[in-house]
Amino acid sequence: MKNKNLYNYILGIADNSLILGQRLGELCGHGPTLETDIACTNVSLDLFGQVRSYFQYAAKIADDGRTEDDIAMLRKEREYLNVLLVEQPNTNFAYTIGRQFLFDVYHLAFLTELEKSKDLTLSAIAKKSIKEVRYHERFSSDWVKRLGDGTEESKTKMQEAINDLWTYTDELFHQTEADKAMVKEGIGVDVTKLKEDYYENVSELLEESTLEVPESKYFQKGGKKGIHTEHMGYLLAELQYMQRAYPNMEW
Amino acid sequence: MTTTEQNIDKKLIPILGGVSDPEIPVLSIMDMGVVRSAVIENNTVKVEITPTYSGCPAMDVIGDDIKKALKEAGYNSEIELILHPAWTTDWITPRGRKALEDYGIAAPLGAEADKDVLLNGKRIVKCTNCGSQNTRLVSQFGSTACKAQFQCDDCQEPFDYFKCLK
Repeated sequence: MKNKNLYNYILGIADNSLILGQRLGELCGHGPTLETDIACTNVSLDLFGQVRSYFQYAAKIADDGRTEDDIAMLRKEREYLNVLLVEQPNTNFAYTIGRQFLFDVYHLAFLTELEKSKDLTLSAIAKKSIKEVRYHERFSSDWVKRLGDGTEESKTKMQEAINDLWTYTDELFHQTEADKAMVKEGIGVDVTKLKEDYYENVSELLEESTLEVPESKYFQKGGKKGIHTEHMGYLLAELQYMQRAYPNMEW
Repeated sequence: MTTTEQNIDKKLIPILGGVSDPEIPVLSIMDMGVVRSAVIENNTVKVEITPTYSGCPAMDVIGDDIKKALKEAGYNSEIELILHPAWTTDWITPRGRKALEDYGIAAPLGAEADKDVLLNGKRIVKCTNCGSQNTRLVSQFGSTACKAQFQCDDCQEPFDYFKCLK
């Protein structure tokens, strides 16, 4: 492949949305209320839409006969480059919202920078996606506030979720080899520069929600290199079922 | 005239105007602003469309419907999906906004007002049934990606609001 770095870079972005979209899609028909069920699946649909644009582009770059479906559905676990945060399960609604919030704040900042990319396709996808992600971020922050500043039970659960998920946040700002190469070319986003604002914004919202900002400095990593948590295998088994059972079907 | 119509061959406007959004059948794709250009080259029509929301499943259907309508009019066609510039609710024409309202979907407000409504619970979206502004947000996400759910506290009618996308 001529442009391996760009290909891997696109995958890194797309896989976050693909895996988070899959997690949210699991709630279809299982959300805690009708409205939240519809909201989670709407967000999932937006993410899948964005993913298609990324994978169509990746397929063009790869230029080896693979389609967007092959790239999305037929890789092995180690070949998925998403961060650990997005593969964490829907333990309860506080976890779903906590995961969403911790990702949305990052996603919004990331896309704002990706808009400036020298790569016109990535810049166009970012411009399109950012409009949708603004709604996602409103939705998740709103719920963090409602649960955090809600009843004693909702507060306890929301705090628990944030404490548990916190350990996966640092990885969002790790640079991969592809990242570094793409930053150099003016195509990629330097994620290390997003970190400070991220923790500031997240902390502010948590405080507003009467929640405590976790102090733990122990962080998990690996997803960006394809080393995932135990949850990933189960998620992929479901995600890939149709393609494995009925090869070559299109979405 | 919207900027898009300048890029659309006049002969094609009535044909494309006959294609509607499968999820909002009263709204033509022209009034929705998703057709960005349409030109005839050697009896093949090249059409550029842009999605409203990235994951909108209606886009594939719209592409197929455009092909069918053009075929009936005697043209071959090629459809291309473009992402830039990204679609905005500002591209919905006044006629499109009216069609939405008549159909029972409140048309999008400006960006600031939209934020007030969706985040701060302000009551300004007009009920499509009775016209009252005593309406409240039920959910930021509605029956499709582009809509939010509202309910009127005067006539009690639930209705969709087309969210502002800028």
